[in-house]
Amino acid sequence: MSDRTFRAAAGMESPLAWLFRVFSTVGSSKNLINEFFEWFGDLGVFLWRVAWAAVTPPFEFRELFRQLDEIGSKSLPLVALAGGAIGVVLSLETRYSLTRFGAKSLLPAAIVFSVIHEIGPIITGLVVSGRVGAGIGAELASMKVTEQIDAIEASAVNPYKLLAATRILACTLMLPLLTLAADLCGLVLGWVALTLVEPISLHQFINSGFNGAGFNDFLPPTFKTAVFGLIIGVIACFQGIRTRGGAEGVGRAATSSVVLSSLFVILADVVLVKVIIIFFP
Amino acid sequence: MTTTGQLAMKPAEAKEDGGAPAVAVEHLRKSFGSQTVLNGISLTVSRGETLAVLGRSGTGKSVLLKLIIGLEKPDSGSVRIHGQDIAGLALDRLGEIRKKMGFLFQHAALYDSLTVEQNVAFPLEHHRKQMSKSERSDRVKQLLAEVGMEGSLEKMPSDLSGGMQKRVGLARALALEPDILLLDEPTAGLDPISSGEIDDLVLTLQEQYRMASIVVTHDLHSAKTVADRLALLHKGSVAIEGTFEDLRNSDVECVKDFLRNS
Repeated sequence: MSDRTFRAAAGMESPLAWLFRVFSTVGSSKNLINEFFEWFGDLGVFLWRVAWAAVTPPFEFRELFRQLDEIGSKSLPLVALAGGAIGVVLSLETRYSLTRFGAKSLLPAAIVFSVIHEIGPIITGLVVSGRVGAGIGAELASMKVTEQIDAIEASAVNPYKLLAATRILACTLMLPLLTLAADLCGLVLGWVALTLVEPISLHQFINSGFNGAGFNDFLPPTFKTAVFGLIIGVIACFQGIRTRGGAEGVGRAATSSVVLSSLFVILADVVLVKVIIIFFP
Repeated sequence: MTTTGQLAMKPAEAKEDGGAPAVAVEHLRKSFGSQTVLNGISLTVSRGETLAVLGRSGTGKSVLLKLIIGLEKPDSGSVRIHGQDIAGLALDRLGEIRKKMGFLFQHAALYDSLTVEQNVAFPLEHHRKQMSKSERSDRVKQLLAEVGMEGSLEKMPSDLSGGMQKRVGLARALALEPDILLLDEPTAGLDPISSGEIDDLVLTLQEQYRMASIVVTHDLHSAKTVADRLALLHKGSVAIEGTFEDLRNSDVECVKDFLRNS
């Protein structure tokens, strides 16, 4: 039996095949690293173009109002529903835990602080990144592959101004407002869930829940969602505008918009929570 | 007749705009990765003249148009519009030049979320802000009437056939009364009757507006109908430039090949 036949029979790689495989792996890793840096480089150029377009007249107010409606009003039912559902779950789960530790009287405060500080903002961020991120990513990607963005540019209209700046600004402005809606629904339905198990008036729930709470507990967590909006808008517009290929490219853009914007929203939340603790103790 | 990218300019027409032709492309090179698409192309088009750029698929015809309107950047060479080199121009200055140019995309590229009326009104809304709503509406109706689409104001692009979409695209390209019209495969994907109608329309509009037009096509019949001059691209270069007769009498192998298979 020759050496090659023996190696094949034993399922072993020849040294040459092994070397080829190692070099291929190194090569593909290099490509991955190149793509990683290329992505950030392209993102930097994109941000510069959008920022420049956003501050130079003429401004696209009509498109901005259309996007405020598209992103704000049309996300409201979903955000409100998600906020309400989380309020109910939080109320039931927290009641069970606090009862076990004999701290049931803290239940309204626990619900209020959890919803306003963290649950409301992050749920709003994630729900909007799913609905709006996918929508913007797919819409712009579809416009890109059908040359509609080229047609806008050929008409001497800046697509970064018309398409990207308006959507990013609308996301940034709308997220805090949507967060307020999510917070409100979370608190109201949290109270409803609580009062069904253990009757408590809304007045008492609010008094007890907001006891000792100040603007520092309310404003920073709400306004941090403007950063979430910025992230969702930037990632979705960027992934949409840089799409290549046909229907497959559009699908990839929609998926990557949702995945990346959700990921960056969570990472940003980690940083912002720390920043809020430092600056608004 | 000129070959391999030499300039072929009608001297009398070239004198307009201070002697500069409407479009002058010189030694244009463009590559995508390792693939060279255009390899030193030179062409000129004057006002009132129509140049048809012919060639097989993938020879860089559409890329040439995108370079001319500044949607792509050349690796080297220059594109001059009315004597002004567009390379390195700031976006607002390039925008001013683009307002003088109309572009019909290969698949019309109508904005699919807007109606036909809104599509044609798009350039007017952005660049003719002094126009009242009724003036703009009248202008849109007039443009749609010129392309034979007057009854389709409220239709969405998805409700239109390929030929109708091209007509609307043409109306949108003409909205700002451009000096230069760039047509990317205006008859591609259309049946012979629709193709003939589009050709007639291009001829009529050309007579009416006296623009410098560049028509990219691989449809020899269409090119012969609408163009004053033809240029055949082959392997990134201009294989031949001249009238249809020049092409027919050419001994260049790739030209004979193209004519034989058209």
